[in-house]
Amino acid sequence: MIHIEAPGLLTTIQDRGRWGSQDLGVPVAGPMDEVSHRFANLLVGNPPDRAALEITLVGPSLAFLAETTFAVTGACFELQLDASAISMGRVYRAARGSRLVFGRRGAGARAYLAVAGGIDVPPVLGSRSTDLASGLGGLGGRPIRAGDRLVVGRASGAPPSAGAAPVPFALPDGGARVRVLPGPERDRTAPGALELFTSAKFTIGTDSNRMGYRLNGPAVELADATPLLSGPTPVGTVQVPPSGQPILLMADRQTTGGYVRIATVISADLSVAGQLGPGDWIAFTPCEHREAVAALIGLEQQLRRIA
Amino acid sequence: MVTTCDWRIALAGDAAVTIEFPARIDPCISERVVTLACGIRAARYPGVRDVVPGYHAATVYFEPTRTDLNLLWAALDQAAADPAPALATTRDVVVPVVYGGAGGPDLDDVAAFAGCTPEEVVRRHASVWYRVYMVGFLAGFPYMGSVDARIAMPRRETPRLAVPAGSVGIAGAQTGIYPMTAPGGWRLIGRAAVEPFDPDRDPPSLCRPGDRVRFEALAVEE
Repeated sequence: MIHIEAPGLLTTIQDRGRWGSQDLGVPVAGPMDEVSHRFANLLVGNPPDRAALEITLVGPSLAFLAETTFAVTGACFELQLDASAISMGRVYRAARGSRLVFGRRGAGARAYLAVAGGIDVPPVLGSRSTDLASGLGGLGGRPIRAGDRLVVGRASGAPPSAGAAPVPFALPDGGARVRVLPGPERDRTAPGALELFTSAKFTIGTDSNRMGYRLNGPAVELADATPLLSGPTPVGTVQVPPSGQPILLMADRQTTGGYVRIATVISADLSVAGQLGPGDWIAFTPCEHREAVAALIGLEQQLRRIA
Repeated sequence: MVTTCDWRIALAGDAAVTIEFPARIDPCISERVVTLACGIRAARYPGVRDVVPGYHAATVYFEPTRTDLNLLWAALDQAAADPAPALATTRDVVVPVVYGGAGGPDLDDVAAFAGCTPEEVVRRHASVWYRVYMVGFLAGFPYMGSVDARIAMPRRETPRLAVPAGSVGIAGAQTGIYPMTAPGGWRLIGRAAVEPFDPDRDPPSLCRPGDRVRFEALAVEE
């Protein structure tokens, strides 16, 4: 059991997401940075689908009410276990009654706290992920609050990895460049608009959240603004409403949308995008399908080396 | 028989593939989409995570490193050319509604738009079977059509910040039910007396793509 003393800015329970119900309009949710989420699970010896805490910008303070094996990955935080400094990306065994306090943050926006056995809440439609928009999963579909008690599942018995493992990708510090594949309605943009999109730097708006990032920068002009029949909205889709200000769809996105989809961030770069916060810059580089798949295979191999 | 190839298969990023039929709201096209989606789901291809029907396209989400994309692509093409309707499991659903009153604040506006009485709006809205083309926007929100042209009032210019759960609305030729409180611009004409979405129920969504839905007036309030 984990007792939450202070919840941080936005801390949610996330497993790999609620897949399989998008035909009923149920959003996928899941971690914004799936690689760091997997890395945290790997470190404590969990299978990749166990639920962990996603911690956003400001971290929590909590107490372990039983002996617990844990690791913190993702955004760089100063961490204290019972008042002594500990490291990111390393496995620790907290004694019963130990306190873990998140301090100042460095690079990255989201950290993951995994415990051996995972956070155990009742699965909803096959997933423990918190879907804030639908109010599903996690603890009543809401962020963690002070006073919450989180049940820790039974550990699989796999030996936790020893020592510090290399972080699978470089955390963005202030901004990042991500690779994109062409979107289904790229032909609806005005001449030169796609070139503008891939040469500009955008700033992530303050009204961004787990559903999506509003991108402030040059307007991406549409040549054809006739309404579309609603279509699918995979994670990483860059959609352009008539205003021309693109929106990058993230973990909590709706399952369908009717805006023009000009590009899709490749799977291998989604975790980098997930580590960005309001005020950070983002830029988009065109890429080809083969490169996207090769990058993902490379990432998987790196994760496998850690295990 | 010669099947005219009127579909197109295309990637949407590196983890989703879409099969698109002609882009229009058409029950025949919707039927093909739903049938194809049921078939692909039933085939349980390794790596496939979700199969999502829309108005005119079905999208298959997959894990790129675990999926044989060529196999999936060929299967989609084959399923489009040679549909297997037996796999579709659509149902008829009757939704009881209290029209007007606090739950249907726009009923009078729709009546004014149609140039008829509120009772006539209700009669027209509740007298036909609608097709569920898609479930999206919110968990369990059905996009249904087609609404009688006379009462097909367009969306509000300014959406409401909070449409209560259960609200039944009209947006042009479409009608739908809000499963949870959310912002929205549809013209609200009533409140459903059933839960459109309940994660603990099987299936959780009252309406699924391809279902037929009819509304039944429990009452018409002032």
